[in-house]
Amino acid sequence: MDAILLQILNGLDKGSAYALIALGLTLIFGTLGVVNFAHGALFMIGAFCAVTLQRLLNLSYEVVDETQTDFLGNPLKVKTPYVEAWFGPEFGGAIIDWAVPLAILFAIPIMIGVGYVMERGLIKHFYKRPHADQILVTFGLAIVLQEVVKYFYGANPIQTPAPDALNGVVNLGAAIGMDIVYPVWRVVYFFFAVVIIGGIFSFLQFTTFGMVVRAGMADRETVGLLGINIDRRFTIMFGIAAAVAGLAGVMYTPINSPNYHMGMDFLVLSFVVVVVGGMGSLPGAVLAGFLLGILESFASMNEIKSLIPGIDQIIIYLVAIIILLTRPRGLMGRKGVMED
Amino acid sequence: MSKFDVSRRGVLKTGAMAGAGVALPTIFTASSAAAFTNEPTGSTVTLGFNVPQTGPYADEGADELRAYELAVEHLNGGGDGGMMNTFSSKALQGNGILGKKVEYVTGDTQTKSDAARASAKSMIEKDGAVMITGGSSSGVAIAVQGLCQEAGVIFMAGLTHSNDTTGKDKKANGFRHFFNGYMSGAALAPVLKNLYGTDRTAYHLTADYTWGWTQEESIAAATEALGWQTVNKVRTPLAATDFSSYIAPVLNSGADVLVLNHYGGNMVNSLTNAVQFGLRDKVVNGKNFEIVVPLYSRLMAKGAGENVKGIHGSTNWHWTLQDEGSKAFVKSFGTKYGFPPSQAAHTCYVQTLLYADAVERAGSFNPCAVVEALEGYEFDGLGNGPTLYRAEDHQCFKDVLVVRGKENPTSEFDLLEVVEVTPRAQVEYAPDHPMFAGGNLGACNPGA
Repeated sequence: MDAILLQILNGLDKGSAYALIALGLTLIFGTLGVVNFAHGALFMIGAFCAVTLQRLLNLSYEVVDETQTDFLGNPLKVKTPYVEAWFGPEFGGAIIDWAVPLAILFAIPIMIGVGYVMERGLIKHFYKRPHADQILVTFGLAIVLQEVVKYFYGANPIQTPAPDALNGVVNLGAAIGMDIVYPVWRVVYFFFAVVIIGGIFSFLQFTTFGMVVRAGMADRETVGLLGINIDRRFTIMFGIAAAVAGLAGVMYTPINSPNYHMGMDFLVLSFVVVVVGGMGSLPGAVLAGFLLGILESFASMNEIKSLIPGIDQIIIYLVAIIILLTRPRGLMGRKGVMED
Repeated sequence: MSKFDVSRRGVLKTGAMAGAGVALPTIFTASSAAAFTNEPTGSTVTLGFNVPQTGPYADEGADELRAYELAVEHLNGGGDGGMMNTFSSKALQGNGILGKKVEYVTGDTQTKSDAARASAKSMIEKDGAVMITGGSSSGVAIAVQGLCQEAGVIFMAGLTHSNDTTGKDKKANGFRHFFNGYMSGAALAPVLKNLYGTDRTAYHLTADYTWGWTQEESIAAATEALGWQTVNKVRTPLAATDFSSYIAPVLNSGADVLVLNHYGGNMVNSLTNAVQFGLRDKVVNGKNFEIVVPLYSRLMAKGAGENVKGIHGSTNWHWTLQDEGSKAFVKSFGTKYGFPPSQAAHTCYVQTLLYADAVERAGSFNPCAVVEALEGYEFDGLGNGPTLYRAEDHQCFKDVLVVRGKENPTSEFDLLEVVEVTPRAQVEYAPDHPMFAGGNLGACNPGA
């Protein structure tokens, strides 16, 4: 029983990342009609916002310590972060320790800016082109972005730890007399995802801006005829989608050390999530994200693997095939989307 | 006075015969030049450095390339000479190889077998490389080794740890200086016994490809020989990034040791996930839960940060070694690049010197002469103590290091500490050992 509950938690956790990326993907598709293969790269750039802030906070000055030597036998240059020098070792150290949560504030403007530049600078030129052209150009952009990141940060994973206070494990089953030990940061990640997803839905549902965007998603032409500049709103939505992907990346860094390729690792899975959920359907993307995350976790259980070897590697694609055969528009897809 | 009758036909006949006579020695020369692939005929010789310049192991590849550039500099008489000064053989004089200046070309393996073969083929066919070396994956090493065997050039493997490289996939033209999975098991087992005792239950998570399989087999055999039980061996996809769903079952498996047969990004992520799930703080069967990473890489360990602290594994070489060869190499490399070399850099540098030395001793670049010079060759002074290139499988036999993640690192390079230097005799095995069975070295191929 404990093992099953653990895998459900793992699935919810994985599903959080899938849902956040897929939410942005389907938001862009639903508003702009663009199949954005660079969306995984936005997740990766978000993660590297956290890496960058961590490095900025660790910028140090050097003092030569004649009593110690480096690996070549020269006097050792001892580094002290400026933040610790300015705010004292305790408070400065705490700021460095909380680099990842602080990176949320750092990443939001950067990601909105990256999204804006990406949409205005490149993607808008492909609105009226076939989806195949959009896929090619955004996939090419994703490769360029990851190579740029690799040039500056290298190919190896870079450790970006959670704050000490949020490291370690918590027994989620203590209240019901069970032993369900789970990493604290993964619990934080799940609730963070729920808040972001809730925030996006609330924004679209309860604000005038959101109402106009939803109207534009339903009938862009009519909204345009009413004198509303729907393109500008859609551009803003692209920036918001980029920020959602970026924040998902920021918060993911303590779970797995980020590297330049992490966007690609999530991209294909997220597309499957979007297709299974239904192209352009926001609730579908979230539902499919969590569903596939949980299924993937269960497929990794030894009992399942012993019955069907290799199932953990194909489960997501298998489910996608079954769902698309039985419900060609996905779980919550709308009629007419990508069917022309 | 004789009459000298000149006719057009006669001139042509004479010309043809004279031409054939002049050409005859050239034909023989040409024939001897084609005795082996890419025989250097000018004042230079070209080596092919085939390393991952893109892909997940690009940083390791960059370090390999630095080592190769340093080796070429030293071979051509530049720099401080590095380990050429400590090498037991004194055949290398710093005037290139056989008096020919060493030049090099590079290829990108991308850590993909097909890409690695394509770049090696290009370096052999287009650039005239007489030797191919490098790589950071066993899949790549095995693929390129096979290609070099067919092409008739020498392959000096880079970082490859699968038993198969010098086991079932060994080739006469291929040589490995790096250690292997069996040696990791043989070196680690006594240390694990001293640390954790003989009553342990191990759970293996293994990368699902040739290297992972052979390492899993080697470590399981070595620990079971101690009396340990193996409760489960779970294969994980090479493309996996989040190992949480593979770690969770470990918690309730009854295991008290987790063996991570992972390398690179897999190792960083699986170790990080295992620590996140609190495995290191668990007590199972009345014993502290332990994690073992049989193959350590300092470059990769950096990505796992503090999670490597106190975790044991094995490595081919480490920059803190205090023998003269290691010190000379670290000084040379560190002065040129500003940081200490990795084990990948070390093995690549050594392989280049060993090849050059073998050519000098053989007096020829002919691959078969080089094979003969390297087979059964005993040497010292290259950072691993007395070493043998065994003739039967072209595997180097030398001491193996058992290392532990350092608790209090003093710098970003100071991540591991050597806890034991396992003597060569302890990691040796018979050429027909079952874990290495099934292959055939075959005959050397000089190509052309």
